[in-house]
Amino acid sequence: MKAQFKHSYDQDINIFDDKSQLIKYGVLLLLLLMAPWLLSNYYISELSAILIWSISGLGLMLLTGHTGQVSLGHAAFMAIGAFSHMALMARGWNFFPALIACALITGVIGAIIARPILRTSGIYLAIATLALSIIVEDIAIVAEPITGGISGTFASPINLFGYTIDRYITPKAFYYLCLALVVLVTLGYINLLRSGTGRSFLAIRDSEVSARALGVNVPQAKTLAFSISCAITAVGGAMYGHFVQAVNYESFTVIISITILLQIVIGGLGSIHGAFFGAVVVVLLPQVIAILGDMVGQGAGSSITSIPGIDTALFALVIVIMIIYEPRGIYGIWIKIRTWFQMFPLYRKGLFRRSKTYLKTERMR
Amino acid sequence: MDILQLLISGVANGCIYGLLALGFVLIYKASEAVNFAQGDMLMLGAFLGISFINADQANLPFLLGITFAAVIMGAFGYLLDRFILRGIFGQPQFAMVILTISLGFLMRFVAGVIWGHSPVSLQTPFSGKMLALGSLSIAYVDIIIIISTIALTSILYFFFAHTRLGIAMQASSQNQMAAYYMGIPVKRVNGIVWALSGVVAALAGILFAAKGAIEPSVGLLFGIKAFAAAVIGGLGSLPGALAGGLLVGVIEPFAGRYLPLGLSQIAPYVVMLIVLIVRPGGIFSQVKQKKV
Amino acid sequence: MSLLKVDSLSIAFGGVKAVDNISFEVNEGEVFTIVGPNGAGKSTIFNLISRLYEPLSGRITFDDTDITKLPAHDIAKLGIARTFQNIELFDHSSVLQNLLIGRHSQRNTSWIQDLLFLPKVRRSEREHRLQVEKIIDFLELAPYRDKLIAGLPYGIRKVVEIARALAANPKLILLDEPASGLSVEETSEMAWWIEDMQKDLGLTILMVEHDMSLVNRVSDRVLAVAEGKFLAQGTAAEVQANPQVIEAYLGQESV
Repeated sequence: MKAQFKHSYDQDINIFDDKSQLIKYGVLLLLLLMAPWLLSNYYISELSAILIWSISGLGLMLLTGHTGQVSLGHAAFMAIGAFSHMALMARGWNFFPALIACALITGVIGAIIARPILRTSGIYLAIATLALSIIVEDIAIVAEPITGGISGTFASPINLFGYTIDRYITPKAFYYLCLALVVLVTLGYINLLRSGTGRSFLAIRDSEVSARALGVNVPQAKTLAFSISCAITAVGGAMYGHFVQAVNYESFTVIISITILLQIVIGGLGSIHGAFFGAVVVVLLPQVIAILGDMVGQGAGSSITSIPGIDTALFALVIVIMIIYEPRGIYGIWIKIRTWFQMFPLYRKGLFRRSKTYLKTERMR
Repeated sequence: MDILQLLISGVANGCIYGLLALGFVLIYKASEAVNFAQGDMLMLGAFLGISFINADQANLPFLLGITFAAVIMGAFGYLLDRFILRGIFGQPQFAMVILTISLGFLMRFVAGVIWGHSPVSLQTPFSGKMLALGSLSIAYVDIIIIISTIALTSILYFFFAHTRLGIAMQASSQNQMAAYYMGIPVKRVNGIVWALSGVVAALAGILFAAKGAIEPSVGLLFGIKAFAAAVIGGLGSLPGALAGGLLVGVIEPFAGRYLPLGLSQIAPYVVMLIVLIVRPGGIFSQVKQKKV
Repeated sequence: MSLLKVDSLSIAFGGVKAVDNISFEVNEGEVFTIVGPNGAGKSTIFNLISRLYEPLSGRITFDDTDITKLPAHDIAKLGIARTFQNIELFDHSSVLQNLLIGRHSQRNTSWIQDLLFLPKVRRSEREHRLQVEKIIDFLELAPYRDKLIAGLPYGIRKVVEIARALAANPKLILLDEPASGLSVEETSEMAWWIEDMQKDLGLTILMVEHDMSLVNRVSDRVLAVAEGKFLAQGTAAEVQANPQVIEAYLGQESV
């Protein structure tokens, strides 16, 4: 909405539209870097959790938000990432080589699975990935040498440049590690989106048939999107493993798969911001409920927050409301607010009217 | 003989899966919406049945209790569509997936609040009774389940193929805009389909609770198996849903008996993935090529 | 000189032969139009050429290469681009993004290079943008460059479809009913675009069209098909005067 004066193609090619955007994100990064001095260890931990969920969210966002392939099974890839990372570190590998290896392993597994599965689409794909999640849950028990069977495995301590980084002992260092990984993953993601690879993914999302006609090798591109998505999610899973320090087959259930999907939808499907906004909701909602519950509880004398499952229920309620009234998610709301300020006082509700898509059966594609 | 026992029990389970898959496919056929809360609707129907029928609850006559439960779930389905699902009319199919998943969470929560989390069973006039056929011992429950399923499926088949409402539903599932132009009240038709699906889910739930115990989280896993069944049969096919359900129901006990422990639970899903790879539209596939 | 050669092409859907033994040749630099009543199989011929469908029998030769068995995504690189009858643009992207995707067949970077955004990728992006801007200038789409497709009027979307096809740097462009849904003025503009494409860009154009004024104005040769079968071929005037063609369109009595 802001009027931009463009004088070179590079302005569109660059990551930031103009200097002011660069400065805004620079300030954000600065605040994030200074966080350990501004916040208590508890909140630093929460921030680390947000960053880790963001990574997993980005993984799914690439596949679902930008390539249009719905996956209800991404916890499976978090699991593969986490277990393989732990297994490698337990056998003496260092942190970063193990991380790269687990990303590669998961990416390759993703590529192998992708070929047959991505021939299906839409609801069939969703259910197939759901089944995948359940199958991997089961394999996590069966593959005892790697996963520790029913009891699971413990995370090995991280040793980097001579320091030991542990989420409980050195939360600040752990936070910086997560931050570094998030920045790397996000940069890579942005690079993909502003180049031919990312554009081919968008093409597949919006019109497979014209993508084919324009020369996109659709099965190959889908497989690539799937495996990169798995690799990113694996990194998220590995870091999750270090965050919770011990994982077993129950750590990566179908519910987690569904949660990641709901996370990116609530954040804003189709945007990088969406993964982050969604992660904030997933991590902070239980805290907010606890705080609100205490406030209400003191007045009403009862404790609503003690009802089991209220976190998930409220999360679900927010999504129901969101999908009906603002399907573009938090990012959509953010854009509207930003536009309101940019265009003040000329903002009109009609600026963001959605065009309706009427059902045209998918059985004739 | 052992095999026959497994088979009959598996078929009975398969009937329940099949009925649930049927409800799922009903909605899909009518509006190409996917109801991820189908399993949770089964769970609600089961709890309602228990609340009406069990001796320590309302203790109503068996058939009356079933009717009440079915009617309430039917109304629930209709109201769900009328007030909540209409809100996303015009959005792509994906929105329905997200919405129904979230509604499922809410249903589980509410069920937990109302009925608690300890497993309960339905008390039926035929609980525990067995029929002796030669050396076979068949549970009455299983027989009732199989018979009810056959009856229900036949009614539904007739409904879709030979009544105006059924044909209208088929039309609106293929092209909503065109159905509108032809004077079909698409939104109302959708509401009726959801009501129908709710009734079917309730009946399936009651049959399930007659055979096993239920608690709020049962719906999710059950629903997923029903989806697998529906996918195996082919999402646009009602007989396919039933066939898929039967297949899944039969695979389970045999996989449990003959496969190593780690693999038996995932057998239905592996079968589903194989079907999807070999025949992407399901066994009774309805996917054709689109003319651009 | 023959650029595209279609030889005894046939395809059946279910039991119905949608295209029955069709043969024709398109010469380099000409505008060749296929006409015929609805359901005659015209779009199906397009889909066969762009390899979205598998033919039952027959051969398609482009620029002396047999493309009958080629996968659909290899067609663009050879030099054939197309538009779709029901616009198949990428709705959630801008016009610019759509056109840049059109450049996919001219890509020279791998995904790893893209991931790291090496200088080679930046150079390649600038080059793509340069070529796409030429097309935007050519079709006068500059005011719409950054607008999302979802908000654009139908007539503009049709032009964007063509622009996207041009971005693939084709030798032959397949236009599927370019004038459908357009007003009289827009159809007239479309005629100008087609003439410009032929003369300024040196493209060969194969077109399916119903609007006879457009057909008469731009076509060098016309092929009439009905019910998937060959009916007549010649100049626009010749085909329109052909009694069998008139019968196919208007019925037997009018002959």
